[in-house]
Amino acid sequence: MTDMALLEVRDLKKHFPVKKGILSRTVGHVRAVDGVSFSLRQGETFGLVGESGCGKTTVGRSILRLIEPTAGQVVFNGQDLLALDVEELRQVRGSLQIIFQDPFSSLNPRMNVGKIIAEPVRNHLKEAKGQIRDRVAHLMESVGLHPDQMSRYPHEFSGGQRQRIGIARALALNPMAIVCDEPVSALDVSIQAQVINLLVELQEKMNLSYIFIAHDLSVVEHISDRVAVMYLGRIVEMATDKELYQNPQHPYTQALLSAVPIPDPEVGRQRILLEGDVPGPLKWPSGCTFHTRCPKRVEECSQKEPIFRDGGNDHWIACHLI
Amino acid sequence: MTETTQATDTRTQGRSADRRMGRFWSKLKRNKAAMLGGLLLLLYIVTALLAPVLYPGNPSAPNLMKSLEPPSLKEPLGTDELGRSILGRIIYGSRVSLLIALGAVSVGLLLGVPLGLVSGYYGGKSDFMIQRVTDTMLAFPGFLLALALVAVLGVGLKNAMISVGIGMIPLYIRLVRGCVLSVREEVYVEAAKAVGTRDRVILFRHILPNVMVPITVQTSLMMGMAILFAAGLGFLGIGVQPPTPEWGTMLGSGRAYIFNAPHVATFPGIAIFLAVLSFNLLGDGLRDALDPRFKL
Repeated sequence: MTDMALLEVRDLKKHFPVKKGILSRTVGHVRAVDGVSFSLRQGETFGLVGESGCGKTTVGRSILRLIEPTAGQVVFNGQDLLALDVEELRQVRGSLQIIFQDPFSSLNPRMNVGKIIAEPVRNHLKEAKGQIRDRVAHLMESVGLHPDQMSRYPHEFSGGQRQRIGIARALALNPMAIVCDEPVSALDVSIQAQVINLLVELQEKMNLSYIFIAHDLSVVEHISDRVAVMYLGRIVEMATDKELYQNPQHPYTQALLSAVPIPDPEVGRQRILLEGDVPGPLKWPSGCTFHTRCPKRVEECSQKEPIFRDGGNDHWIACHLI
Repeated sequence: MTETTQATDTRTQGRSADRRMGRFWSKLKRNKAAMLGGLLLLLYIVTALLAPVLYPGNPSAPNLMKSLEPPSLKEPLGTDELGRSILGRIIYGSRVSLLIALGAVSVGLLLGVPLGLVSGYYGGKSDFMIQRVTDTMLAFPGFLLALALVAVLGVGLKNAMISVGIGMIPLYIRLVRGCVLSVREEVYVEAAKAVGTRDRVILFRHILPNVMVPITVQTSLMMGMAILFAAGLGFLGIGVQPPTPEWGTMLGSGRAYIFNAPHVATFPGIAIFLAVLSFNLLGDGLRDALDPRFKL
């Protein structure tokens, strides 16, 4: 792993306008992502965790501009993706890929597997049919599928196999980085491990960098080098894998980690139960967005936004108390 | 990698498409109404194709000696006011009706489907423009629109086809647009974008195949409608012109003799009824057999 940043996200924002009435007046904004910054180094896995609705998927899609971000910069390999036009962006697509959460809806039911995996190749390279076929066969083998199944349709495969098809599609153009948007959360636990191991194996073989989005903390712990915790569209804490899991600083991270089950009934521990719910999308809390539920809040929290800063040891945190 | 991926043998490949077709067929076959519709339609098409064999004479040549004869062994369906065989005219009329139906639906498909695709997929200004025009066209009752268009274009087979077809364009646009709006949000469309597929290609490779089912069903129903509209134009005397045998025109001219020679108007009416019924039954059956949840 080198320290060079392959992908740098700076102050990324995505606000969805909320429209009302016949004139579609904008009455407010949902701040799905509100100022997220992080960098992905070459060959590393960057975990992005948080509960549903915290904007982690929106971050992933905004990086690839599958959703147009409202503001910010996404610098990939020295290029600001948000400044590119459609054709330039299309050229970059090969090196920056995505694996989707739901392997059932992310494959076109009317295309056979060979065609699905060949699509990126057909888009970017002018190759003869036989060459494409060989390439697809090779890709299928590399993700543990049998090339003979090329002419089959997605519905004939299991969830795990479908996810492998999605991975093969993402690998087709030898990408440098892949956004993995909850790639295993739709799968059976027994299959989850297989797919994760496949991802790790491919990373080693192809020197891939991953942005690994998940809500399952134990999965993220297993695969990530660094982890960022998101709450209501912002990163509240970011540190190396070990540091974050062993020394969580932010009250939200602490609560989140205390909810991870430990497979040992003998181990007793305290669960931190958060009060209340995540504030509704239009009721944006003032100051620190977490102050409405924080067990450790002080007066300052509701008035001033905490600054996201390095607390030493590459451990970044946004909290007034630390 | 212990999933059973490796275990399957190669013989099964290529069968999946057959299997899906098989499931579709078995579902359609169980639907008695649809099979009746299909059978009627088949009969109708065969009649149209083999018209000269089935009725060797000239269906348009008058023979005033035999005017308004009731059905008999020699003339199973009787003769009309000019002494022409009604059976012969119905047989030849099936060609005209089928031709109009095909022509009109082609006009509707060729213009309506692309416009619906563009309108649904790109949205924005083009969608707004297309939808306002569609609204305007839909504001006219379908038949009235066809009537007005004939008034502008003039009578005749080709113009009847075009007039009826234009009335179908907005129906196709609406249908296709609605389907595209839902398919557009599918993750596999997003996935196609993510691997750098151009919009134009996405439209034809991913979206169109996934909206084919409703289009197919609609087309079957539209064929029935086209026949009915064409017959309506014929009945009013502004469709296909005599002496060409056309069911609507026959019905219209038979109207005058409805009391003393009811067969002149009745038999073409039955022909129209059965033809429209066949398309509608088949369309309904197709819709059930091609249920989108079933994912052919």
